Amino acid sequence: MTSKKLSKKPVAVIGAGSFGSAIANILAEKSEVLLYSRDSETIKKIAETRTHRGHKLHKNVIPTGDLSYIANTCDIIFPIVPSSAFRSMMQLLSPYLHPYHILIHGTKGLDLSLPKGETLETAEAITRDSIRTMSEVIRDESVVVRIGCLAGPNLAREMADEQPAATVVASRFNEVIREGEKLLRNDRFQVYGNSDLIGIELAGVLKNIIAIASGALSGLGLGENAKGLLISRGMIEMIYLGKAMGGDLHAFIGLAGVGDLVATCNSTHSRNFTVGYRLATGENLDQIIESMEEVAEGVNTVRIAKKFAEHYKVRAPITEALYSVLFEGLTVDRALQFLMKYPYNVDIDFLD
Amino acid sequence: MKPKGDSKNKSYEPILPGTEDWPVVQLSKNRKQFIGEVVDTAVARLSAENNGKNNLRDEIENTMYLEQLRIKQNPWRVDPDDEYKFWSSIKDELVDLAGETNSRAKEEALIRKISSRYAHEIAGNFKKSRYKLAREIVKFGFARLLNATRVKRFGAFFRNEYTLRDKIQITGKTKLLRNLAKKGTVVMVPTHFSNLDSILIGWIIHVIGLPAFIYGAGLNLFNINILAYFMNSLGAYKVDRRKKNPIYLETLKTYSNLAIQKGAHSLFFPGGTRSRSGRIEDSLKLGLLGTAMEAQRAIFKEKPNGKAEKIFIVPVVINYNFVLEAPALINEYLQQKGQERYYSESDEYSSSYKMIKFLIKFFTKGSDISVSIGRGLDLMGNYVDEQGRSIDRQGRFINTRDYFTSNGEITIDKQREEEYTRHLSEVIVKEYHRINRVFASHLVAFVAFRIWRKRYPKLDLYEFLRLPEEDLSIDYETFKKAFKKCRKKVMKLKKKDQVNVAAHLKGKLDEVIKLGIDNVGMYHARRPLIMDKSNNIQTKDLNTLYYYHNRMDGYDLEKIV
Repeated sequence: MTSKKLSKKPVAVIGAGSFGSAIANILAEKSEVLLYSRDSETIKKIAETRTHRGHKLHKNVIPTGDLSYIANTCDIIFPIVPSSAFRSMMQLLSPYLHPYHILIHGTKGLDLSLPKGETLETAEAITRDSIRTMSEVIRDESVVVRIGCLAGPNLAREMADEQPAATVVASRFNEVIREGEKLLRNDRFQVYGNSDLIGIELAGVLKNIIAIASGALSGLGLGENAKGLLISRGMIEMIYLGKAMGGDLHAFIGLAGVGDLVATCNSTHSRNFTVGYRLATGENLDQIIESMEEVAEGVNTVRIAKKFAEHYKVRAPITEALYSVLFEGLTVDRALQFLMKYPYNVDIDFLD
Repeated sequence: MKPKGDSKNKSYEPILPGTEDWPVVQLSKNRKQFIGEVVDTAVARLSAENNGKNNLRDEIENTMYLEQLRIKQNPWRVDPDDEYKFWSSIKDELVDLAGETNSRAKEEALIRKISSRYAHEIAGNFKKSRYKLAREIVKFGFARLLNATRVKRFGAFFRNEYTLRDKIQITGKTKLLRNLAKKGTVVMVPTHFSNLDSILIGWIIHVIGLPAFIYGAGLNLFNINILAYFMNSLGAYKVDRRKKNPIYLETLKTYSNLAIQKGAHSLFFPGGTRSRSGRIEDSLKLGLLGTAMEAQRAIFKEKPNGKAEKIFIVPVVINYNFVLEAPALINEYLQQKGQERYYSESDEYSSSYKMIKFLIKFFTKGSDISVSIGRGLDLMGNYVDEQGRSIDRQGRFINTRDYFTSNGEITIDKQREEEYTRHLSEVIVKEYHRINRVFASHLVAFVAFRIWRKRYPKLDLYEFLRLPEEDLSIDYETFKKAFKKCRKKVMKLKKKDQVNVAAHLKGKLDEVIKLGIDNVGMYHARRPLIMDKSNNIQTKDLNTLYYYHNRMDGYDLEKIV
C-alpha cells in the first residue's frame, strides 16, 4: 500500500543526473523533494519544463542550488553525484551538516586519497588506506555518522518508465535502513536492507568493471555463452577484489552484486556497458568520453582496482585486460585472447 | 639519579576544595537509596527484555544453575558464607512456582531479590576518612622507603629527597583532564597490564588534584586484605568476572550507568582484564563503555536545554619496565589462546605478604613508571577543547546532543548506541597507540625477539618458543645495527604523532641499549635479556621476552628487523 500523505519534512537529492532524478521521482511519491544541481541553467530548465534527462519530474520535486537551505530543511539527504565530484561536493555541504543528519548515497565509484602531490600514476602502491568508498568520504569530510548507500539493479532509464525494480539500502544503522525503506518503498519499488555497508558499496562499484567487459563482448558480436562465462568469472573477480578491500562475501551474492551485475551486463542503457561496446567497435577512450553526457564510473574503477590488485597480489585478469584496452591501446580482440589463455581454471574457490 | 626529561614535578591544587562536594562522597552518603535505584532500574529492564511467557523464569533458573556451579567449582575467600543457603532458598521458591501460570509478579520479586544481593556486593564502600588515611599511607610509606634505600645513609628514612613523583612520570594532557573534570563527568579508560594499575591510578588521580573516582576492580583483588583495604578506600566497586549471568551483568551495568549520570567520575579498564600477551589492548570490552553511552543519552534526554552535563572519555596508557606478573600472564596466554575459561588466580599477588614484598622491591629499586594522559574525547571519539566543546576534523564545534537525535528529539535506539560504542572503542585503541611512550626496554625486547624469530622462519611460534635459550645469542654489533634502524623508525612515527617516546630513548645509542637491557623485566628470576661478558645479547626466558616484545606490536615495525 502506498500512502499518498506526505511525511512532515522534505528530503533532498544532491545531484540531478539521471539516477538522481529517478530517485527524486520515487521519493516524491511520499515526500517533498529538494533536488540540488550546481548548475543554475539546469535548475531553471527543470523549473520551466519539469522534465530532465528523460524523466518527467513529479510535482513534489523542487529544484534548488542552495546547499545550506537543503541541510537546514532536511534531515535525510541522498547525495548522488559522480565519485570524481563527491569529495568536493561534501566539502561544500559539510559546514551545514550536523550529527543528526542521515546521508544515503547512490554513487557507485571510488575516491582516491593520496598524499599531497601524488597521483595514481606516481604513487608507489595503492593500499586500502588510499582508497575511499563514498561512505568513507562522508566520514572524512563531515560529522555525519548515520550513513547508508543505495545499490542494486537500478537502471535509470527503466525507472523513468516506471518499470518494477528493487534496491538495497545498506547501513550499519537499523535506523537508516528503516528510514530509507519508509521513504523509497512503493508498489513498483522493493527495498531490501543490509548491514554490510562497505560490502554493498564495493559490490556496486566493482560490478562496473564487469559491465564494461560485457559491453565489449557484445561489441564483438559474441553471444550468450561468452556472456555466461564473463558473468560468472566476473563475479569471482569481484569477490576477490571486494574481500581484499574489506567487504564480506555475502554482499556480492545478493541484489547489489549478482542482481546488479546481470542487469548491467545485459543492458544497452548502461553507461559502462556502452563504453565497452564502443571500445570493441574500434573507438578509443577519449572519443567515447567526449561524446558521453554522463560519467561512466567503471573507467576510473578499473584504473584504481588494477593498481590495488597488483599491490595485494589479487588475481584479477578481467580488470588487467580491461586496463590494457582502456589505457594502453590493446585491442579488445587481443584482450579476449589473453583471457581465454589465462592458465587458472578452478571454477569456484571462494566458498569455504 | 633523578629521572630526566619531561616529568614535571608540578603539584596540583585539588579542583574541589572540600571532599564534601565530591560526587563519590554524595553517592556513599546516600548508599542505600542509590542501591535501591539501581535495583529498581535493573529489574525493570530485565523484565522488559524478557517479556515472553516463561522468559523470566528461564532466566532465574539459568542464573541459579550457573551460580551453584560456581560455588562448587570456583569458591573464593571473599565469597560470603551464606551463598549456598541463598541459592537454595531461590531454588525452593522456584519449585513453589512450578505449577503456577500467572506467576510474573512473583518471578519479578525473585529477580529483585537476586539483583539486590548483587547490587549490595558491587556497591563500593567509600569512606572519606579512610580515603585520606589510605592516601597518606601510600604517599608516606612509599616515600620513606624510597629515601631509605636510595640514599644509603642512616636517617635517610626521614628525609624527603625523593618522592613518588620522581619515580612516576605523569605526562600528557593533565591540565585538560582537570578542566574537563570541572566541566562534566570524566570516564578514564587506562590500559591494563598489572594489578598495580589500580593503586597507581588511584594515587595519580589524587596527585593531579581530582576528586576520587569510582572504578570497577576485580573481586579477586579483594581476596587480598591489604589490597581490599586500599581499594575500598579509593572508591572501588566490585566486579566479579566469574558471574556472567544476565541478572548480574544488568545490575553491574546499571550501577555504572546511574553513577555516571549522578556525576561520579569513573574509571574502567576497557580491556576487561590485564593484557595477557603484553600487547596494548587492540579490542575492548564494550559492556561498561556502553553504559557511558547510555548515561550520556539519558542525561541529554532528561535535560533538554543546554544544561546537560557532558561525559568525557580520557584514555590513559601506563608503561612499566617491569611487570611482576609477566611470566604468569604470558604462559596463561600461550596456553589458552582464544579460549575463555574460568578465571583462576594463581599469580604472584596471592597473599598480602607477597604483595608487600613486591611493593618494597618495586619502589625501592630504580624502575620508573610512566603514565600518559590522553586528550579528552566525547562519546563519539571527537576531541574536546578546554571548555569541553567537541571539535570535528575541520575544526568546527559539534553539538554532541545531535548524535542522539532523530526528528528533532532524543531517541533511545539500542542498536545505534552499540554501533557508536564500537566506534568509540576503535578511537580509544588508536589513542592508546598514539600516546604510548616507548621505553628503551620495550624496544630492546622487540629487536632481540625479532632477530631470533627471523632466524627460524620455518618454526611456528610455539615451536620457536620451545627452543633452548642457551642456543640463542646475538653479537652486539648486529643488535646495535638493528636497534638503530628500529629506533629511527619509531622516531619517524613519533614525528607523525603516531606514538610517543620516553626522553631517555633519545640518548646515545650504546647507553640507550644498555639502559634497555638493564631494565627490561629487571626483577624476574629469569631475565628476558642480558648481556654476557663478551657483549653478546642472550635471554634466560624466551616467553617473557615475547611478552615485552609484544608491547611494540601494532606499529608495523616487523619489516624493519
